[in-house]
Amino acid sequence: MSLLEIRGLRVNAGGQPILKGLDLSVDLGEVHAIMGPNGSGKSTLANVLAGREDFEVTAGDMVYRGESILDSEPEERARKGIFMAFQFPVEIPGLTNMELLKTAVDALRESRGQQKISAADFLKRARSAAESLGLDPQFLRRGVNEGFSGGERKRNEILQLAVIEPTLAVLDETDSGLDIDSVQLVAKCVDAFQS
Amino acid sequence: MPSEAVDTDPVSPHPSEFSTREYAAGFVTEVESETFPPGLDEAVVAAISQRKNEPSWLLDWRLEAYRGWTEMTEPRWAHVNFPRIDFQEISYFSAPKGDRPKSLEEVDPALLETFEKLGIPLHERAFLAGVEEEPASAVAVDAVFDSVSITTTFQETLREHGVIFCPFSEAVEEHPELVRKYLGTVVPRRDNFYAALNSAAFSDGSFVFVPKGVQCPMELSTVFRINARNTGQFERTLIVAEEGASVSYLEGCTAPMRDENQLHAAVVELIALDDAKIKYSTVQNWYPGDAEGNGGIYNFVTKRGACRGRNSKISWTQVETGSAITWKYPSVVLLGDNSVGEFYTVAMTNNRQQADTVTKMTHIGRNTRSTIVSKGISAGQSSNAYRGLVRMDRRAAGARNYTQCDSLLIGSESAAHTFPYIESRRPDAQVEHEATTSRISDDQMFLCRQRGIDPEKAMSMIVNGFCREVFRELPLEFAVEAGKLLEVNLEGAVG
Repeated sequence: MSLLEIRGLRVNAGGQPILKGLDLSVDLGEVHAIMGPNGSGKSTLANVLAGREDFEVTAGDMVYRGESILDSEPEERARKGIFMAFQFPVEIPGLTNMELLKTAVDALRESRGQQKISAADFLKRARSAAESLGLDPQFLRRGVNEGFSGGERKRNEILQLAVIEPTLAVLDETDSGLDIDSVQLVAKCVDAFQS
Repeated sequence: MPSEAVDTDPVSPHPSEFSTREYAAGFVTEVESETFPPGLDEAVVAAISQRKNEPSWLLDWRLEAYRGWTEMTEPRWAHVNFPRIDFQEISYFSAPKGDRPKSLEEVDPALLETFEKLGIPLHERAFLAGVEEEPASAVAVDAVFDSVSITTTFQETLREHGVIFCPFSEAVEEHPELVRKYLGTVVPRRDNFYAALNSAAFSDGSFVFVPKGVQCPMELSTVFRINARNTGQFERTLIVAEEGASVSYLEGCTAPMRDENQLHAAVVELIALDDAKIKYSTVQNWYPGDAEGNGGIYNFVTKRGACRGRNSKISWTQVETGSAITWKYPSVVLLGDNSVGEFYTVAMTNNRQQADTVTKMTHIGRNTRSTIVSKGISAGQSSNAYRGLVRMDRRAAGARNYTQCDSLLIGSESAAHTFPYIESRRPDAQVEHEATTSRISDDQMFLCRQRGIDPEKAMSMIVNGFCREVFRELPLEFAVEAGKLLEVNLEGAVG
């Protein structure tokens, strides 16, 4: 059984058809690169997978681990292990990266019947993830993407990926806006995630 | 003698008819109380004064205020709507029966349990809301139940440092010269309609005196609890910091859920002499009424601080989540040269709540500075108004003000209003005003949800982030409490 099976997926945005019958099968451990010109629906696919409400699925199905996720809320999909790295990560002023991550990790653990992570364990995990991305641990205390450069925002998405440890990650143009060194670091991190 | 509880289960849960929202402090305590019949006249004023064994000068002071009040008319200019209040329908005094307990052992267990249930232990042990136990987090508490103070903790420890922290009535008996010297000097008896009413009928509140050069060794806190039905609470608080002294004071407020409105008309006066610092924080969680707007507290208070001395500083921080109507402008009169006034506020309204609040900064001394940071959050069908006055007197050479006023709207039926007033008589005064109005964006919500977080939790995190600048001004334990209150108050706002 595939990890993810997309069958005949048709999606409209603002009444316009964007995806017109997409099929895709992804197995655990595989890496797929989805390519296409601007406006061909790459981001739409990522958003639809993550459960964004602005899109209307008109036909087809998305089956994750044998279950359709079409009717699942975004947070339910996340708890099943689906992660999306945003192309344009949004700012949440005043909410620290640390709080967002700790709350996310606890929500995911709770959904699996696990106890909350201890503050010490969490801090260790978050700091080591930050270091492997070449980010100062102080980064964790800043507001989510607040005043971040484009590159910092992208690295922050990968930091979240590394801390949350999902099963399926959809990276929406994570490499764009990163300098060469950052691409290297991010790539290393993604490789580590894959194994 | 402490009074006896009439019920074996003294702190009974309130019937669930108002359970549309979780207001954890909404229970009623069954105690036998002595409550004056409704109505206010000179005889009632005299009876309150007599009940408190007040000296004749204070009775005269009250009567003068009462006569002033009868000549005044209710102000109607605030951006709030409420039916006319019948002041003769309100009872002006209610106290648990019996004399004021002389020690904690004499306090009615039902009252102790009430405060315990509100998270305020009245035993002198470390006050913990945070993570680890350390004596440094001890907070001295004055617990006011309806019209009287029940007990005040850590008085001995404070006395060793020369700090006076006691119920207002006790201060009148034991330190009459101090009370007489400062009472009404910041908020005059006839300052406004509600201040005059308070001056005539005030019941209890706290008195704080920090002598010259003393840094108060712990946080001081007063917890106000309205319990009796149809009773107004008219608290009177006076805080004096002499030359070089400093003190941090916090008040918290709760009331049972009742389907009629209740009036809370307080007067708070702060006085800071040369180089003195007063930090005054409020976490206001009066019952806000139900989702349809029935019941709740009318919170009409006059709070004002006077920076009388050079280099003095008064800082107000308020987190207003409760009350049906919040109508108050904790202010600072900056008289001393180089004195500093600060005002940090979070005002959150939901359902049918209304708020018209923020501050007045009056610059008179030279090089006086003030900062106003206001975060207004409106959800449901509520209305939240920022009203701020910055006045630069012609003597205020080099005065500066910075104001930041941010409004956050949740849902499509809530309203945010901004009424900034600037009066400057100095060409060289600097007044800056920045304002923003925003909504919680779908992108922000989606980011949190994509990370596995419930929409309710996501919204509360985003709102808490919006308030961070203000919360960080609060003592740590109370910042945690304030965050939780916002979360509870936001309930039902998602969607």
